[in-house]
Amino acid sequence: MNAIQTSGAAVEISQLSKVYKTREDDDVVAIERIDLQFEPGTFVAVVGPSGCGKSTLLSMLAGLVSASSGKIAIDGDAINRPHPKIGVVFQSDLLLYWRTVLDNILLPIEIKKLDLSKFRMRAEELLEQVGLKGFGNKFPSELSGGMRQRVAICRALIQEPGLLLMDEPFGALDALTREQMIMDMQSMWLRVQNTVLFITHGIDEAVFLADRVLVMSPRPGRIDLDLKIDMPRPRQWSKVHEDKVYHGYVRQIREIFEAKGVLVAH
Amino acid sequence: MASTHIVSAGKAQRKQGKSMSGKKRARGSWLERYSALLVAAALIGAWQILVPLSGLSEFVLPTPSAVATRMINDAPLLAAHLYVTLFEVIVGFGVGVLVGVPLALSIFYSKPFERAIYPILVGLQTVPKVSLAPILVLYLGYGWAPKIVLAFLISFFPIVISTVVGLQSLDKNLVNLVRSMGANEWQTFFKLRLPAALPNIFGGFKVAISLAVIGAVIGEYVAAERGLGYLQLQANSLFDTTLNFATVVTISLLGVILYYIIDVVEARVSYKRDDAK
Repeated sequence: MNAIQTSGAAVEISQLSKVYKTREDDDVVAIERIDLQFEPGTFVAVVGPSGCGKSTLLSMLAGLVSASSGKIAIDGDAINRPHPKIGVVFQSDLLLYWRTVLDNILLPIEIKKLDLSKFRMRAEELLEQVGLKGFGNKFPSELSGGMRQRVAICRALIQEPGLLLMDEPFGALDALTREQMIMDMQSMWLRVQNTVLFITHGIDEAVFLADRVLVMSPRPGRIDLDLKIDMPRPRQWSKVHEDKVYHGYVRQIREIFEAKGVLVAH
Repeated sequence: MASTHIVSAGKAQRKQGKSMSGKKRARGSWLERYSALLVAAALIGAWQILVPLSGLSEFVLPTPSAVATRMINDAPLLAAHLYVTLFEVIVGFGVGVLVGVPLALSIFYSKPFERAIYPILVGLQTVPKVSLAPILVLYLGYGWAPKIVLAFLISFFPIVISTVVGLQSLDKNLVNLVRSMGANEWQTFFKLRLPAALPNIFGGFKVAISLAVIGAVIGEYVAAERGLGYLQLQANSLFDTTLNFATVVTISLLGVILYYIIDVVEARVSYKRDDAK
């Protein structure tokens, strides 16, 4: 297991649906017959309003929620329970307050009963990469919100997952911290280059970070637009806002939301 | 495995806590830390001075120094009865833990069990357990048995309920997190549910141990041949107010010491949630 490795996983989603049964007879269709393929090592962002089924999609990929019909496969392996090749970052950091930063990062290793000593170095390396060198023995309560979310990302990356799932990872952060995290996320990903599914409300961060943006709309959850983002990397947050190409992508996504009534122009 | 981890976390935190507290804060925190002791000392001092001034006789209200002297002089007598009460409290509380925690786990893990048992438990909690003492004596006689049962009954409920509440109040997202790492329920329990519930569980233990002392002493009031409650009744019937007070102080000390033992165990095993942000 090398420290830095390009090992993105291929993801194949076919005819995937999720229907939630309610007490009354009107079932809620969260996802309706989605077909998707992720090339290994692509950064895919999903944008959409609340309730469009994007979190359901992520939960199914994480193996936490079972599909009503259809299939998900990672590198040819069907997913029906949590898969070892997948790491997840949630909206809140979900660090365990009784564990140190280092022990939080090593939690997946402990759960999988792997040799902890082999991963301690890797954990320290990851901490250094996210600018938290020497914070390993601190407790989560001693860290700021942004730092805590960085630790959560390290925890998801400790096993070098082929697929990293991120569920609105910067949604709970303040605006400035969020900008910093977006920039850091790109450099982090450029080092790892695994497959990422990044769920967000933010059109700006989706276009900035992704190779491909999927735009979803609610009821039933469908993909309205599959947009390839063709901009060279590394992209620069401060410059991208003057970039016509970037704005073209953002406008396309906004137009979809306006057409669907998600955004209403006045 | 899980518990060793929690222990080491607690230790590391204490170390850091020490290094972090600066010298500037030290004086303020010293006053804060000992403020309760200072107030207690002031009250006892006032009592000591006011009793002779008020002209009350030692029969009615002995001075703290008289009580303290009596405690030293009669230490063997107090100790003999203390051991009896201590035994009843420990066994009653111990059985409370041994029955209460597994019961709480069953309530947590089994929905039908929760529906059938939990409302009954909550309902039973409103029964004043102390009022069962005469009945227990009727069934179990004058020995230590009814006291242990009373200490058990009175300490059992807070243990069950605080454990259930502790387990139920866990953030569901945390469960999803460890499940996404491939944890089975066994691992989820020891790595997540138990450590997260420990502050609640220990809160229940602390309430329970104080109540267990009350339970044992009340049991001794009703019918006993030994124990601090019995000794106090004896002192009462002999109008020995000083011994009476000495017994009250001994009972209180017993409660306080047991409470702090649990506090020390908690500090070693669990790590308190730091929400002060």
